[in-house]
Amino acid sequence: MQNKNSKSIYSVPYFVWILLFVIAPIALIAYYSFLDLSGNFTLDNYKNFFTSVYLKLTLSSFWYAFLITLFSLIVAYPTAYFLTKTKHKQLWLLLIIIPSWINLLLKTYAFIGIFGLSGPINAFLQVFGISEQQILFTDFSFIFVSVYIFIPFMILPIFNALDKLNPSLIDASKDLGASNWTTFSKVIFPLTINGVKAGVQAVFIPSLSLFMITRLIAGNKVITLGTAIEQQFLVTQNWGMGSTIAVFLIIFMVIIMIITGQREKGATSYGKNK
Amino acid sequence: MKEITRSVIAIILVCIALFFVNDYLNKSSGNASNDAVTIYNWGEYIDPELLTQFEEESGYRVVYETFDSNEAMMTKIEQGGTSYDIAVPSEYAIETMKENDLLLPIDHSKIPNLTNVDPYFLDLSFDPKNKYSVPYFWGTVGIVYNPALLDGQTFESWEALWDLSLKGQILLVDGSREVIGMGLNSLGYSLNSTDENELQEALDKLNKLTPNVKAIIGDEVTQLMVNEEAAVALTWSGQAADMMWENEELDFSIPQEGSNLWFDNMVIPKTAANVEGAHAFINFMLGAEVAAQNADYVGYSTPNVAAIDLMDEEVTSDERFYPSEELRDNLEVYNNLGLEMLGVYNELFLEFKMGMN
Repeated sequence: MQNKNSKSIYSVPYFVWILLFVIAPIALIAYYSFLDLSGNFTLDNYKNFFTSVYLKLTLSSFWYAFLITLFSLIVAYPTAYFLTKTKHKQLWLLLIIIPSWINLLLKTYAFIGIFGLSGPINAFLQVFGISEQQILFTDFSFIFVSVYIFIPFMILPIFNALDKLNPSLIDASKDLGASNWTTFSKVIFPLTINGVKAGVQAVFIPSLSLFMITRLIAGNKVITLGTAIEQQFLVTQNWGMGSTIAVFLIIFMVIIMIITGQREKGATSYGKNK
Repeated sequence: MKEITRSVIAIILVCIALFFVNDYLNKSSGNASNDAVTIYNWGEYIDPELLTQFEEESGYRVVYETFDSNEAMMTKIEQGGTSYDIAVPSEYAIETMKENDLLLPIDHSKIPNLTNVDPYFLDLSFDPKNKYSVPYFWGTVGIVYNPALLDGQTFESWEALWDLSLKGQILLVDGSREVIGMGLNSLGYSLNSTDENELQEALDKLNKLTPNVKAIIGDEVTQLMVNEEAAVALTWSGQAADMMWENEELDFSIPQEGSNLWFDNMVIPKTAANVEGAHAFINFMLGAEVAAQNADYVGYSTPNVAAIDLMDEEVTSDERFYPSEELRDNLEVYNNLGLEMLGVYNELFLEFKMGMN
């Protein structure tokens, strides 16, 4: 009985937190999404979302978020695998994590200089006789900087999953005559899929709502849902439309969470600790 | 459990102590009391030396904060919270603030220096008889360009931007009124147009500009132009003056089809706690020497005739930054189009941005 009582006391902060900072804001966003400019109830915002540029905007947001996630994964998986094989793996991992402690804007501004016409990359290219290239304000620079910023969030869960993988399973696979590729595709990857899913979630969802980088690095040539929300709130002062876009963003996020959700047959349960 | 209780109590005690210390500090430094003047201005829009001078002369203490858009400033003032005594909105924002009852009337008897201001800038349509606002700076929107990177274009017409040789060379400011306005101006329409066909035509015209556009960005324009990363930029006159100060190659032009003329005025918002001090500050800023020093520092055009007499003739006779009244007649002031129309402009601008990729 006492156990039950103390349990409910401990849950108070959690529920207060959830109510104030999760449910209330989402409810407010949902409420505002039904208001027009003068504060009357309307469904126009939703109609507007489906008939105008916003649909195209959503598609392009998804496309760029997909590219960012894909390239992060391509770089992160081998990196994480390599890290688990090194001697001082925690140190090497720390070195990858450290840049993520630095303010996002500072890192972004640094790239304006690095990618500039008179920046180090162009200076390097000129050594090989390649003429000045426009790197800043291109798709390439946008995806490169985004991948750079998000990659620690992809490496970390994959590293954890790989690290917990029982090495005897790999030995067993090889003993049974599996090639390296088969071992990877049939044993290692399926057992670390939960790490990959967690990484995809941590990269894809924030990529959908990136907004400062779209202006500073892509020169507004790439527009995401985040940019549109910012514009609606700060410039147009149309909180209703801004909220409507936010509602769709939340829906998309929930869908992604469901698709990439953890299922109870991951690598970790086969780990050493078991 | 005991330890947790103890640390919670400790934290609460520390918080209470900090609260009292904060309160004491505020009182002794005069924050929120009557000897402070809280000024809310655009970034890099005043010579900081003048703030010290005002403190010394008047005995008031200055609290200085900055904003980066009229909209952000209005939102903050509407919410209350900080007792801003002075704000510096642009003309269309003054209209909105008047409508929303966010301004206090200005007592002209306390501002004798108002006589220093060129009558051209007084009694304008957005604030008849200057009941709520007093001129601070004015300027235009135009094209800043780097002749060293071009083959002889001078941008006397907006049409020059569409030149095929400018591929990937133009920077635009991230403002819907400015960019759509440019499209409208290049077609000879008013930049306050609310006509659907005219706006659509402007968008079609702008879409043809996209191959030439390098990026649509904010204040980073200054650095990019100074570092010669781009050849041409659409920007405000004062920002252009800043760039030209740092890179002497650059030149500025106001296309003859017309462009935007704007005014930034000092106002006393409803939030003011020190109305007396606010008047003293406005009067101080309108003093001939002060206004001249400020204009030298900031680089925008001053409406203060007494100050212009004290300034370098070379600057004040420069038609690029002090266009004559005749030229000014060709320019248009933004009307407050209302939120609905602002939304339309923004959606068109979004469409233009989407078309860039």
